[in-house]
Amino acid sequence: MTRILAVSAGLSTPSSTRLLADRLAAAARSELDGDAAVEAVELRDYAHDITDNLLTGFPGARMRQVLDRLDAADGLILVTPTFTASYSGLFKSFIDVVDPESMRDKPVLLGATGGTERHSLMLEYALRPLMAYLRAEVVPTAVFAAGGDWGSDAGLDQRIARAAGELAQAVQRRPAQAKADPFTEPVPFEQLFDEATTR
Amino acid sequence: MQFGVFTVGDVTPDPTTGRTPSEAERIQAMVAIAEKAEEAGLDVFATGEHHNPPFVPSSPTTMLGYVAARTRRLILSTSTTLITTNDPVKIAEDFAMLQHLAGGRVDLMLGRGNQGPVYPWFGQDIRQGIPLAIENYHLLYRLWREDVVDWEGKFRTPLQGFTSTPRPLEGVPPFVWHGSIRSPEIAEQAAYYGDGFFHNHIFWPPEHTRRMVGLYRQRFEHYGHGRADQAIVGLGGQVFMRARSQDAIQEFRPYFDDAPVYGGGPSLEDFMRETPLTVGSPQQVIDRTLTFRDYVGDYQRQLFLIDHAGLPLKTVLEQLDILGEEVVPVLRSEFAARKPAHVPEAPTHASLARAQQQNTEGSTE
Repeated sequence: MTRILAVSAGLSTPSSTRLLADRLAAAARSELDGDAAVEAVELRDYAHDITDNLLTGFPGARMRQVLDRLDAADGLILVTPTFTASYSGLFKSFIDVVDPESMRDKPVLLGATGGTERHSLMLEYALRPLMAYLRAEVVPTAVFAAGGDWGSDAGLDQRIARAAGELAQAVQRRPAQAKADPFTEPVPFEQLFDEATTR
Repeated sequence: MQFGVFTVGDVTPDPTTGRTPSEAERIQAMVAIAEKAEEAGLDVFATGEHHNPPFVPSSPTTMLGYVAARTRRLILSTSTTLITTNDPVKIAEDFAMLQHLAGGRVDLMLGRGNQGPVYPWFGQDIRQGIPLAIENYHLLYRLWREDVVDWEGKFRTPLQGFTSTPRPLEGVPPFVWHGSIRSPEIAEQAAYYGDGFFHNHIFWPPEHTRRMVGLYRQRFEHYGHGRADQAIVGLGGQVFMRARSQDAIQEFRPYFDDAPVYGGGPSLEDFMRETPLTVGSPQQVIDRTLTFRDYVGDYQRQLFLIDHAGLPLKTVLEQLDILGEEVVPVLRSEFAARKPAHVPEAPTHASLARAQQQNTEGSTE
């Protein structure tokens, strides 16, 4: 079964960021014909764990579980509020404790919320380059929901459906690969030596 | 099994008084800790090597040579000697000299160092950390075993007909431990040479230690040095003890809360749960230390960090008394009772000299 992890960096309860994440997750699930386990992570619940991880250099037991779920996911839905012209600090701190290898080639659907649609290109100039740096496979459609979108018919539903369809296709093309484990398949010393000493 | 202390050599203000020791005081304190370690019946004193404030031990063999003259039994070691930024020729010379002065009571632990700016200060590049460790150690290994060395490598100027002097004491190179927290390449290197592997162990969850030691053991066997459970493993540990555990917690908490590595992060209680840090009664330290064996197997050396986070010298010496009187004697007998006969002790100069003697006799027969 396909596993999708929806990560929401909203801070308030209830949160429109979580609402968007849930809508995207439900749409992705239906695009995958229901054959998908969709889980949600609310970063607010892990704010202290994320900070501890930044300070100590290792994830605590709770944080480890989230990172393991991210590792195992076939696709990610990442949704952040727009703060001061970019993704939120909590969102970035979370990304900073994720092993970059976990993001490599991972199908990702990006979403963001903000007070007005003036912020919507944040997805393109801030969030998408961050994911490009991590070599994630980001689907073409990123979904921004401004305050007004929740009432009027501004095409939010269509954008969600299109993005979810793209994510479903990406996930089906490229199911999650297990990361290489240097502890079970170490590089033999002879090879290390050759690499180290070759001019 | 060997027990000892390892020190980072940091100059840290005592958070309870605001007082910062001078470099002179800190250096003398490190010597006092080493002397006390011998007096308390411990086996090993190891000093870090650093080349930037707030750390003082930039010249470990100078300090260890001085300690050697003031002790009789203690094994002098490092935690770690920087194999990346030191010239391997100078390491070979310095530690062979120390061996002679200390009557063989010397081994060393090699590490890469994690302070980015130190590398360029010594003409190196931290991105080359692993290749430097591999090439430099290979040269060091040869300098101690071959009387005349011709060498050309990637990082160091070539050598033609070079003899490192003095030759190792009785022709026996110092035993080498390779230390690394999370680089499988270093566990692989230690296994390839049949050297020891030391895991810092502290500040990290045991899972990291288990995987690194597990890899080292498996590869030690792969390279034909013996069975996996016969590989030579050392671990760090950090403890603070008082007769009553609540007194230990109360006294240590301000040091934990302000410590450069700990401050502002998880609570003392969280850290004790997630890492090997043990603050409590001597019995709690005994019980916790015995559990290390559950995830690394029977091991040969346990070093404790006790002079960290600005703790005053008087307190550190009290900790050594507790270790020597109440903790280490129990750990010695408990670990010995659990260790199968085929698992070796940590190599010493005497045991390596004997092994070399037997090899020579065997090959001339």
